[in-house]
Amino acid sequence: MSDMHEHSVAYVRDSMLEQQPAPVTETGLVKWTRTNLFSTIPNTILTLVALYALIWLIWSVFPWFANGVWDASSIRDCREMLQGQTGGCFAVLAERWNQLLFGFQYPSELYWRPALAFILLFVAIAPVLFFQYLPSKMLVFTALYPFLAYFLIWGGSILAPIFAMVGLAAGYLVYQRFVAKSFAMGFFGGVIVALVALWILTSIPVDGILAMQQVESRQIGGFMLNLILGTVCVSLSIPIGIALALGRQSSLPIIKWICVVFIEFIRGVPLITLLFVANVVLAYFLPPGSNFDLIIRVIIMITAFASAYIAEVIRGGLAALPRGQYEAADSLGLDYAQAMRLIILPQALKISIPGIVNVAVGLFKDTTLVSIISMFDLVGMIRGPILASTEWNGVYWELWAFAAALFFVVCFGISKYSQWLERQLTTDHR
Amino acid sequence: MTTLSDPPSESFQLSQLINDTRYRSYTFQFIALLLLIAAIAYLGSNLATNLREAGLNISWGFLGDSSNYDINMTLIEYDSQSTHLRAAIVGVLNTLLVSFLACLTATIIGVAAGVLRLSNNWLIARLMSAYVEAFRNVPVLIWILIIYTIMTAVLPTARNYLGEDPESDLILGMFAFTNRGVYIPKPVFTPLGWVVFAIFVASVIGVFAYRRYATKLLYDTGKLLPMGWPSLVILIVPAVVFYFLLGMPISLDRPDPLANRFNLQGGVSILGSLIALWFALAIYTGAFIAENVRAGILSVSKGQTEAAAALGLRPNRIMNMVILPQALRVIIPPLISHYLNITKNSSLAIAVGYMDLTGTLGGITLNQTGRAIECILLLMLFYLTISLSISAVMNVYNNAIKLKER
Repeated sequence: MSDMHEHSVAYVRDSMLEQQPAPVTETGLVKWTRTNLFSTIPNTILTLVALYALIWLIWSVFPWFANGVWDASSIRDCREMLQGQTGGCFAVLAERWNQLLFGFQYPSELYWRPALAFILLFVAIAPVLFFQYLPSKMLVFTALYPFLAYFLIWGGSILAPIFAMVGLAAGYLVYQRFVAKSFAMGFFGGVIVALVALWILTSIPVDGILAMQQVESRQIGGFMLNLILGTVCVSLSIPIGIALALGRQSSLPIIKWICVVFIEFIRGVPLITLLFVANVVLAYFLPPGSNFDLIIRVIIMITAFASAYIAEVIRGGLAALPRGQYEAADSLGLDYAQAMRLIILPQALKISIPGIVNVAVGLFKDTTLVSIISMFDLVGMIRGPILASTEWNGVYWELWAFAAALFFVVCFGISKYSQWLERQLTTDHR
Repeated sequence: MTTLSDPPSESFQLSQLINDTRYRSYTFQFIALLLLIAAIAYLGSNLATNLREAGLNISWGFLGDSSNYDINMTLIEYDSQSTHLRAAIVGVLNTLLVSFLACLTATIIGVAAGVLRLSNNWLIARLMSAYVEAFRNVPVLIWILIIYTIMTAVLPTARNYLGEDPESDLILGMFAFTNRGVYIPKPVFTPLGWVVFAIFVASVIGVFAYRRYATKLLYDTGKLLPMGWPSLVILIVPAVVFYFLLGMPISLDRPDPLANRFNLQGGVSILGSLIALWFALAIYTGAFIAENVRAGILSVSKGQTEAAAALGLRPNRIMNMVILPQALRVIIPPLISHYLNITKNSSLAIAVGYMDLTGTLGGITLNQTGRAIECILLLMLFYLTISLSISAVMNVYNNAIKLKER
């Protein structure tokens, strides 16, 4: 039988076939292209249209970059060099980078000061941003940084920021002393002591003692102004926002309504009207004869604006916490301040991080609005001194691309950081 | 609430104001109120002193004075002899116009980009991500100025379109893009034309009525009427038939290259500043809306799609009847707050010289009359009214669509 079989059935295979590679259409690039780009007819059409648009874009932008002129003294020079070819006139960036970054009035021999402040900013915020990885001792530098940055950017006597620091330190010591007894006592005691100390210390004349060259506020401009406004207002508005959010959640009706009215009013009007207020109206409400810098009035209004938005974000975080957390804190016998500081806020703030970052990014972008009340920030510099100058009148795209790129780098960086932080902070198990 | 184990002593001690939870809340509120009143009084007295020193007062009389300035775009009758109040109303209408246009366009762009970002076409999904990231991370003011630059510096002058032998022809014989604005034809209605228009409006209502009827029939009896072509027929046929029956009563007033040596005449000219503001707001906010739409669609769990497919629904029905109703619950509240943002951001019109309320009342009127406090108060009041009314509507809507769990 088996013999016969062996000879009669020719088609029985007696050895294994070599494993064949999968068909070309089912693997690698081809398969990927077929499933991701050309799976259906509408998909194919979409792909082709997108490819066309992309190639057209690269086709028109690439020569503009490649032929770019980096060394010329005016737009006419640029055009002569290009001789009718497409090409960007990036010479404007090479010549005016200092104005774009620092404003047109900041003394050029002092550029190292804001530049140093900018670099130190990273050292100062690193322990806040990467608190898991960096020693908390570095926070001491973060606490010193505002005074240092003020001294570097504005100059003047070093005693002024030191006195401010001493005043705040006095307040902090009082807070430390009393907070164990009662939070309210420590907090208000600290605030009062700090205010009194500041009031006494600022009345001491410090002009010219250990001084660096002073820079007026109106001399500050360019991207530096955007960065200053963004950093200062965001950092000021987070504590105010927390206070407003807690006030809005409070069971005390008067405090609640003060917060509600403030938040809803601020959120209901555009930032530009608040900047108008800073520009033309706020002076009427300040004590007669007082002379606040425009930059300080703007900081006040932008901070108020940002804190209302941050308050709403944090309120969302507070509302998202399960009721049990509040009840658990109560049942442990914690008072309001303790419950908030130890139980509620750490969790609520964690939930609010993406929202806070969104507000921060939005606020940083909105700092460009100060150009409308004729402050010379990055946008103000481009629209004003640079595009209005005889040399560079007409160099639009290079300048706007530069501005857009600067903002993109900062904002995109911040939002990537917040996504990373969110992943770091997830403690729930998935 | 704390309950005391022993009855409170009859004699009230001052320390109870701080230490007794029953009184402490009153103490705090009293202090807060006192501080508030002190702050208001302080600011008010400063204001009074400052105004007195500057020889000013608060009065609204300036609203009735003639404005003495022209506005380059007015939806209602206005000239430089009109009052400041009328200028403000022109501004309000311009604000509402650009906000409405931008909201509409932003929704279309946002929904398209949001859906396409989820598409399984790799290239399209990446392109849409790039769009969203590029526009969300650059200030809207820069986008407005960039588009305004395109409108004013890149587009040709009107001269290009003029004369017997122009450098460029009108597009389709009726559109012209110039650096003074975009010219489009203007429909001219004779009285009979309005009849045709009314018929068209009636057929739009008719389409909705038909679709409603068809749905009702489907749910009641299970009988499926065709939806697509009857709607189209109802929409188009009556209007077209009457248009020709009544002797073509609607004509187009096209921009005419020959009528004038300096500018195009006829048609409607849309200001470059309006277009810059409109498109910049639409594209910028569209990027945010795209993210919301994407989040909304992703928020519907995959089980819903699978369950619907298991019931035998076809893909477009799954989208319409299962996914969208659930996604909209997530999409609409932020969508409305983006509409609010568009309205508020439209105040950036002042950067490109579009005369919205911020440009008239908060700009020229303020500068001419010097009535800063009054003007800015009115300005804020207007935006506040819009914001509060929209959020009131939104609250009603949110309550209506809230998941009724218990």
